[in-house]
Amino acid sequence: MRFSDLLHPTERGLYCPVADVYIDPVAPVPRALVTHGHADHARAGHGAVLATGQTLDIMALRYGADFTGARQVAGPDPVQINGVQFEFAPAGHVLGSAQIRLSHRGMTITVSGDYCRLPNPTCAEWQPLPAHVFVTEATFALPVFTHPDPMGEIGKLMTSLRAFPDRAHMVGAYALGKAQRVIALIRAAGWDAPIYIHGSLQALCAYHQEQGIDLGELRPATAETVTKAETAGQIVIAPPSAFNSPWMRRFADPVVGFASGWMQIRNRAKARGVELPMVISDHVDWPDLTRTIQELAPEETWITHGREDALMRWCEMTQRVGRPLRLVGYEDEAE
Amino acid sequence: MKAFADLLERLAFTPARNGKIALLRDFIATRPDPERGYALAALTGELELRHVTPSLLRSLAADRVDETLFALSYDFVGDLAETMALIWPEGPGGNTPDLPDLVEELMSTGRAALPGVIAARLDQMPASERYAYLKLATGGMRVGVSARLARIAVAQYGDIPVEEIEELWHGLTPPYAELFAWTEGGEKPVSAALAPFRPVMLATPIDLDELRDLRPGDFSVEWKWDGIRVQAVVDQGVRRLYTRTGEDISAAFPDVIDAMQFDATLDGELLVRRGDQVAPFSDLQKRLTRKTTPKALLASHPAGLRIYDILIENGQDLREMDFKNRRNRLEDAAQHWPDRIDLSPILQVKDWDHLADLRADPPDAVIEGVMIKRRDSPYLAGRIRGHWYKWKRDPMLVDAVLMTAQRGHGKRSGFYSDFGFGVWDGDRLVPVGKAYFGFTDEELVELDRFVRQNTTDRFGPVRAVAPKLVLEVAFEGLNRSNRHKSGVAMRFPRISRIRRDKPVEEADRIETLRALLPPEV
Ligand SMILES: [Zn+2]
Ligand SMILES: [Zn+2]
Repeated sequence: MRFSDLLHPTERGLYCPVADVYIDPVAPVPRALVTHGHADHARAGHGAVLATGQTLDIMALRYGADFTGARQVAGPDPVQINGVQFEFAPAGHVLGSAQIRLSHRGMTITVSGDYCRLPNPTCAEWQPLPAHVFVTEATFALPVFTHPDPMGEIGKLMTSLRAFPDRAHMVGAYALGKAQRVIALIRAAGWDAPIYIHGSLQALCAYHQEQGIDLGELRPATAETVTKAETAGQIVIAPPSAFNSPWMRRFADPVVGFASGWMQIRNRAKARGVELPMVISDHVDWPDLTRTIQELAPEETWITHGREDALMRWCEMTQRVGRPLRLVGYEDEAE
Repeated sequence: MKAFADLLERLAFTPARNGKIALLRDFIATRPDPERGYALAALTGELELRHVTPSLLRSLAADRVDETLFALSYDFVGDLAETMALIWPEGPGGNTPDLPDLVEELMSTGRAALPGVIAARLDQMPASERYAYLKLATGGMRVGVSARLARIAVAQYGDIPVEEIEELWHGLTPPYAELFAWTEGGEKPVSAALAPFRPVMLATPIDLDELRDLRPGDFSVEWKWDGIRVQAVVDQGVRRLYTRTGEDISAAFPDVIDAMQFDATLDGELLVRRGDQVAPFSDLQKRLTRKTTPKALLASHPAGLRIYDILIENGQDLREMDFKNRRNRLEDAAQHWPDRIDLSPILQVKDWDHLADLRADPPDAVIEGVMIKRRDSPYLAGRIRGHWYKWKRDPMLVDAVLMTAQRGHGKRSGFYSDFGFGVWDGDRLVPVGKAYFGFTDEELVELDRFVRQNTTDRFGPVRAVAPKLVLEVAFEGLNRSNRHKSGVAMRFPRISRIRRDKPVEEADRIETLRALLPPEV
């Protein structure tokens, strides 16, 4: 049996023919395993979904309670499907995110989903799942990406708040994971004033708080009653798309920030009109990505969405077997 | 070095012009000489450092980083210095010298020793300083600080009119210690240079509706020629040719310099002319891109001046005089000019509708509109409303089909922002041009997504795109071209609209473009 008999790429995503399941399929399938709740990995309309309880909750919040036919919670114990064993372990990416290890007749494959090795106050820490094959994401797989300490990036925001005490500070952050992480980091920096959040973040922030993650006092930033005077010198968190809407006019001379790993590249920040780029990423940077492969030392490294070419080149340079999967349908913009 | 690196960072992320000026002002106020002067010169591209070429940087990188990984990174980042700064392995660290020491080191180090010196400095610096240092070494800061913006900051800091600073600027060299001394209450420096550049008077755009509020009798009208606006200066035998931003282009136009047999500061248009025939802009462009000009090119592309105005004559400043009187002086002076230099004629215009007719059908293809000048206006520095107007010919428009795309470098790097488009020739599309701008940032994101979703083929960095999207392309003129299969070359093409509404079959045909070509000569 070859590795590709246990798992291989298809148009709908990674497929395990033995168990007849897909992992993070990009189109509706009868049976799906989902690593985490980001929209490109977790889609609605499958026949059955197996995922962590938090990921299932998040999917229900985003797509409605009927997002799938049947559902099953992946707990600490492995799940058997047609003789294939599936284990879930934390990926350190967002709340509920998991890596999935398949084992069958002594052959093991770990699918990383998206992962990050920096400590993150909003989710469980990444754990190694050694396997014969490591399927890794490659969102930031270029040697130019070395993510700085996130607290230092929050420090930039704090400095700007002191320099411009009359301006509202808008921080763009994607709704699942990044927004809550940014809020938790701001709290860790000692900011205890209420933080204003865009309506589209409301449900996911409330869910994080239910799960015991302390985000402090949050106020709706999209309420009609919010005034310019009230938000001057305050922090407003919103999805980046909101910055192009008339809603922005409600704020006093806003400073536009954006928390994303892409902010390391000047032109990406400038093209979005960002004044306060904050390099905060929920993915592994180049040093952590290459370190992880070295530590796990798989027989083969399969590379999915992102900059596959560079990681392939690194595998070649370090005498490792690498394979680009060229899966389509995953986005790296929403980071 | 840290202060300069911070300034560069903040300038890059401060979009507003006034915000940039405030940052520069603060820097001037808080940093000592010669650091502030070197910083300003570095930002405006007036610092002459040597030999730090892109290829030198690439070879430095190749010593530390795998070449393929570097190439992939550069393709993504789009800026060589930034790629280098980010990818450079963290060195042992140490104390980074101040900006003036680094500038002087780069100026004084010989070619052979330079790579070693730069590598050692990069090893000392954190990433943000590496970036600033490499930008310093290579020039081209791209943070939106023009020489003019820098002069405004100096003017504001010293509470001095910016025009006075502009007049002096050309006689000064970095680090401008005497200039800063003046802004802090010292003596006004004396301009050391002969034949200095004087700030140019600029026109504001106008249209027929707005013109109707003006009295035609108050104005003089001239053709607006499609060359390059220049200032020709002769001062006690020293002759210089400047662009309207004060860039000295004398070296590229020895034929014009030779013909400048007068003692005056003249405002005019630089054109390639063969006898009475004015050549299209593309001919002038051939001359412009040269540092030195071969004899054959001087003969095949002779340049000359068409003069609009006179600022100074025999040492007498005429700028306070009104246009009518300056024009009289100009017409007298023109008696003595050689063939290469002539006077821009005044058009006899009955009323604005008459002008509209003239503008719609100019006697020469190299005319891009008309200039409308108030007869009692003095010669004023800058673009001040109410004195000079330009009424440009409408741009030409064509509906073309998006065919290829390439990642941009510089400002738009990482996005597909260089677009190739074509029109129908029979049932095939033939490429007719490329455009890099005209679209908004939102449209850029949309075009980038379209390209990534509709790529059919890749040729190196170029992606072929399924012919599905119609773009309205605006351009200023059309030239015959042997280099392009279509036989036409557009001047100044830009994407004016994305025509999602238009089916590709209804894009324009090559015959439409050919009909717009100037007659064959
Ligand atoms: Zn994700
Ligand atoms: Zn992903």
